[in-house]
Amino acid sequence: MNRKTEEPGMTLIVKTITRLTVGLILLYGIYIVTHGHLSPGGGFAGGVIIALSFIHLMLAFGKDLALKKLSENLASFFESAGAIMFLTIALLGFVGGYFFFNLFLKGKPFDFFSAGIIPLCNIAICLKVGAGLFAVFVALILLKITVKKE
Amino acid sequence: MGSNLLPLFVAIPLGSAFLVSLLGKKLRGFPDTFSNLATFSLFTLSLLSLPLTKQLGTIVYKVGGWIPPIGICMVLDSLTSFMLVTINLVAFLVTIYSINYMEKYTAKWKFYTLFLLMLAGMNGIVVTGDMFNLFVFLEIGAISSYALVAFGVEQEELEASFKYMVMGSIASSFILLGIALLYSYTSSLNMADISRTLAQKVGGRLVFFVSALFIMGFGLKAALVPFHAWLPDAHPSAPAPISAMLSGVLIKALGVYALARIFFNVLGMTAKTSSILMVLGTISMVLGGLLALGQEDIKRLFAYSSISQIGYVVLGIGMGTTLGILAGLFHLFNHAVFKSLLFLNSGSIEYSTGTRDLRKMGGLTSKMPVTGYSCLVGSMSISGIPPLSGFWSKLLIVVAAIQAKHFIFASIAVLVSILTLAYYLKVQRLAFFGELRSSLTGIKEVPLTMKLSMIILSLICIFGGLILVPGVQKNFLNLATAVLVNGNNYAQTIFGSMK
Amino acid sequence: MIYLMCLILFCIGIYCILVKKNLIKIIIGIGIVEYAVNLFFALVGYRVHGRAPILAKDQVVQNMVDPLPQALVLTAIVIGLAVTALIVAIAMRIYEKYGTFDITKIKKLKG
Repeated sequence: MNRKTEEPGMTLIVKTITRLTVGLILLYGIYIVTHGHLSPGGGFAGGVIIALSFIHLMLAFGKDLALKKLSENLASFFESAGAIMFLTIALLGFVGGYFFFNLFLKGKPFDFFSAGIIPLCNIAICLKVGAGLFAVFVALILLKITVKKE
Repeated sequence: MGSNLLPLFVAIPLGSAFLVSLLGKKLRGFPDTFSNLATFSLFTLSLLSLPLTKQLGTIVYKVGGWIPPIGICMVLDSLTSFMLVTINLVAFLVTIYSINYMEKYTAKWKFYTLFLLMLAGMNGIVVTGDMFNLFVFLEIGAISSYALVAFGVEQEELEASFKYMVMGSIASSFILLGIALLYSYTSSLNMADISRTLAQKVGGRLVFFVSALFIMGFGLKAALVPFHAWLPDAHPSAPAPISAMLSGVLIKALGVYALARIFFNVLGMTAKTSSILMVLGTISMVLGGLLALGQEDIKRLFAYSSISQIGYVVLGIGMGTTLGILAGLFHLFNHAVFKSLLFLNSGSIEYSTGTRDLRKMGGLTSKMPVTGYSCLVGSMSISGIPPLSGFWSKLLIVVAAIQAKHFIFASIAVLVSILTLAYYLKVQRLAFFGELRSSLTGIKEVPLTMKLSMIILSLICIFGGLILVPGVQKNFLNLATAVLVNGNNYAQTIFGSMK
Repeated sequence: MIYLMCLILFCIGIYCILVKKNLIKIIIGIGIVEYAVNLFFALVGYRVHGRAPILAKDQVVQNMVDPLPQALVLTAIVIGLAVTALIVAIAMRIYEKYGTFDITKIKKLKG
């Protein structure tokens, strides 16, 4: 009995550790995104970490379970939605006079709710980068299956 | 309202690309109508920008309200509006053409998404006034064109796209290295600021090294010899509307425009760079023409002819004199029009007969009159037969070369023009005139939208010489030339119009 | 001195692209070239006795390194990621169609 053909994914040790830590990785990514205007990080880095948490799920448990959590249609939707949100924020700046103008309340520096449009832009970029990276990985994995069949 | 026009050139194609990506799978006719609407609005906006620059001078738009050189600025001067009109005109006609042509490929909404992203990249390059912004938009346009070349995933297209991608990313790395060196020397990224700083602290060897890196990087994007090796594989393998866009505007916006802007306005044109550009242009002319003679694939022949004509443009711009730059820019506009017309023709031939091999065609004009006559107009115009538009621009290049006492270059230009006539006559004879083969008797003319684009482009070819009429020329071409001849005074113009 | 090491890394990458025959090794070569250029750009911003360019609530900052190249390198890294993703996808499709990764055998287009 070959254990590899029984269940998808990796060994029991990897699966247990993944169950414990993948939620923490997701939370860490969200922390980096939302504190982008106070500490290093921001949209790109946080988006990559969030995508990595889903990829970690896929590597440890097999592609079926990860695709149940975030299907490829949903990833594609989030990607376009993130880009359109970013562009809308930029076009709203026209109200203030210039493209990309920072027109929300700016608060005091080093506060959490400060710096105008920057946290919103960070969230939009996080959506796009995270969903995009996950979609690329899924596309390459799905392509690999058809090559192996020939 | 006037200056708020500028960000729309980048925002409209970006927004429509992502909207098509979001909604294109579910609604059937949505990608077609929406993209055509987007390119039509861009075309009208670019036509509106022409009287705007004439009236208000150079417009500098501060993105986000930050004052340059701290912030990014977008600059609209006459050269920019000239390039915008060229790019958006060809893009609009190509999107009309691809309503019917892309039925053969699956997933039309993916095509429109990538196409609009490429258009956003090209518009962004000509509109920006900041060096790193130029690099980012260059990459956006280049990456979408890599994906578009491999669109129909067959063997040849994938190989061509891989080759194009490897060479393209090396070129982008060279350009980024040049920008890094320039930043380390002048500590600014704004084009006007760099030009002002370089006028005071003269660079010497560093500026020469940076110019060499830029000639290598942008020369590869513009397909100058010896960096041309990707073009004869990439342009035939792409679907026909994409070949028209690549050969018609992408190598000009990414390559020739960026070279002209950086060398004339930022780094300053010296005698050494001028002679290097002229020599590279002449070698491209000759090599492209000679290699085009022996081709049997119609699109590969047109691709080599593109290399040859870009050699003409770079020869004209590299001369540095006012008449030379005028001739180069006029030939750039003409080549965008007739090369896209020729590639759209080859697309309709492929749509109707299913082949691209010249030896298998013959006598197509009797069955496909619109394609035949527009191809005749395009070929005669590119060979330089009066009174079509190509004749005037080639004549101006030769006259400018003689005026600047470069007699050898002028005679080579005339000889290559005769060579161009030779291989286009070969295309006409083998494809359109002569006997109709028995295997081709069942073919029909192409659908209406494809015919419409070809007719409009051939009309522009026929009447293109009218741009040289003094009233029109003063508004359109002379202003664009004046921006480049202005050279290092670019900095004063930008900082002056910011008040 | 350290800029010379970046240039050597760049040349190693270019050697890799030019000489190797496997498609995947060419892709790794492109990755090395992009890495070298990004490293050079980030090092351009170094100032002697500088520290990280981060403002915090209660610290007084004396010298900082230049933050602008760091922002630009972030963008360039993401662009490199997009190129790598696309080129790997195309390489896998080439393997599907041609059956080999050897570039001396993938030569259908000539002339």
